[in-house]
Amino acid sequence: MRPMSSTKLAAALRLNQVSVSFPIYHGASRSLKKIILNRTSKGKIAKDASKRIVIEALNDISISLVECDRLALIGSNGAGKTTLLRVMAGVYEPVSGQVIVNGRIAPMFDIGIGIDPELNGYENIRLRGLLLQLSHAEIEARLQEIVDFTELGDYLHMPVRTYSSGMMMRLTFAVSTCFVPDIVLMDEWVLAGDLHFMSKAQKRIESFVEMSSILVLASHNLELLRRWCTKALWLHNGRVKALGPVDETIDAYQREAQ
Amino acid sequence: MLWRVWLTLGWNDILQRYRRSVLGPFWLTASMGVMVVSLGILYAELFKINISDFMPYVCVGLVIWGFISSILNEAGGLFTSQELFIKQIKLPYSIYVWKFVWSKTIIFAHNLVIYVAVLLYFHIWPGAPLIFAIPSFLLILANGLLASLYLGMISARFRDVPQIIASAVQVVFFVTPVLWKPELLGSRRYVADWNPFYYLIEVLRSPLLGQWPSAVSIEVTLAITALNFVIVVACFPRFRGRIAYWV
Repeated sequence: MRPMSSTKLAAALRLNQVSVSFPIYHGASRSLKKIILNRTSKGKIAKDASKRIVIEALNDISISLVECDRLALIGSNGAGKTTLLRVMAGVYEPVSGQVIVNGRIAPMFDIGIGIDPELNGYENIRLRGLLLQLSHAEIEARLQEIVDFTELGDYLHMPVRTYSSGMMMRLTFAVSTCFVPDIVLMDEWVLAGDLHFMSKAQKRIESFVEMSSILVLASHNLELLRRWCTKALWLHNGRVKALGPVDETIDAYQREAQ
Repeated sequence: MLWRVWLTLGWNDILQRYRRSVLGPFWLTASMGVMVVSLGILYAELFKINISDFMPYVCVGLVIWGFISSILNEAGGLFTSQELFIKQIKLPYSIYVWKFVWSKTIIFAHNLVIYVAVLLYFHIWPGAPLIFAIPSFLLILANGLLASLYLGMISARFRDVPQIIASAVQVVFFVTPVLWKPELLGSRRYVADWNPFYYLIEVLRSPLLGQWPSAVSIEVTLAITALNFVIVVACFPRFRGRIAYWV
């Protein structure tokens, strides 16, 4: 089964001097009471309330992706890969700079999102379709294929809280890969299930990625990135350390790591 | 398209309650019913009021108050409880607000069963004023949407706000004419007269009990709605982008 593609527009994803800073709220700065005490006592009471650490998660990132671009995000833990993916997904609004998106985006960060344990398999498939903002007709048209792919048969009539984790994986995997968006954002490669399902899932995710217009993949698996991506963006402390062809950039990254 | 998302999500919240027990949300209705009957009998005796007059009053008051207070009490978790969604998928924040108020509305509809039972028991027919209950309810609903939006935002930023709201709601319950009538206040009428919640409840309670709501209760409710609207317009566009960072 081949995943179905959405209507083709010229997909594009452009980031223009994007910066993101995270306020880290902790303890007292989370408390309205302490902040009011602190302000009204000219800082004598609840001193910890005025402490606020701001972390610059991304600094001046500019990148332009067009149709057929496959971008690898590399960098050590905490370099800002996940934050950058979330900015691309429209979850985080940048503090400054612009994000211009053309095309339907599917974030594949947590494919289990929106699964309601009390609902049965069918209801969960429809629910996911709704969350992806598919029309009723689009969902019903895909339903049978998703059902077939999961191989769960009559279990789909059971509430998913009764599923084993492997069965749950099949369901979420089938649902989240059935509709190919223009732009795929992945935080680590999506893997699924037992041996039999694994090879099937592998084929499916490959065709899913092949059919998307733009892929952004963050991973620590450099071989995977070399295989799937054409460009690479090396992030270091929220800044672009290098941006270029995938092999060149990853070679430089590996040299530095050693 | 978006309304289908929140209608489904809100409905699923209610279904969850049904899946594991036959009564589902009627458990809430049952406990409210017990409260209406016991407090109705008790307070009618304490205040020496005719029970056929007092019980419907307490019933309608408690059902409306239950709707308002559940929105106020739970609005704090509106965004923080949806962290998984908010951090993964870009959906308009209004979806969470609609979903929240919609599921509270369904519970309110369940509680109306008590109202109907009380009407039947005491042979009351509210008559023409009942029609006014619809616009009144819509006004309360609008306030619920607006207030829960900014309360949810503030609570996402300041995590102690839900506790502050919970204490405030408790106090408001006792100083608002729900279990007692404002006529009992005597020279301290101002307790009710200066209480915005009194009008918010009164605007719906009167038509449900067969009286036209007073002009002042309509005016005050409209004023509260306007105020809530202004707060939302002032806060939401400015801080919307921060919600994802706060939750």
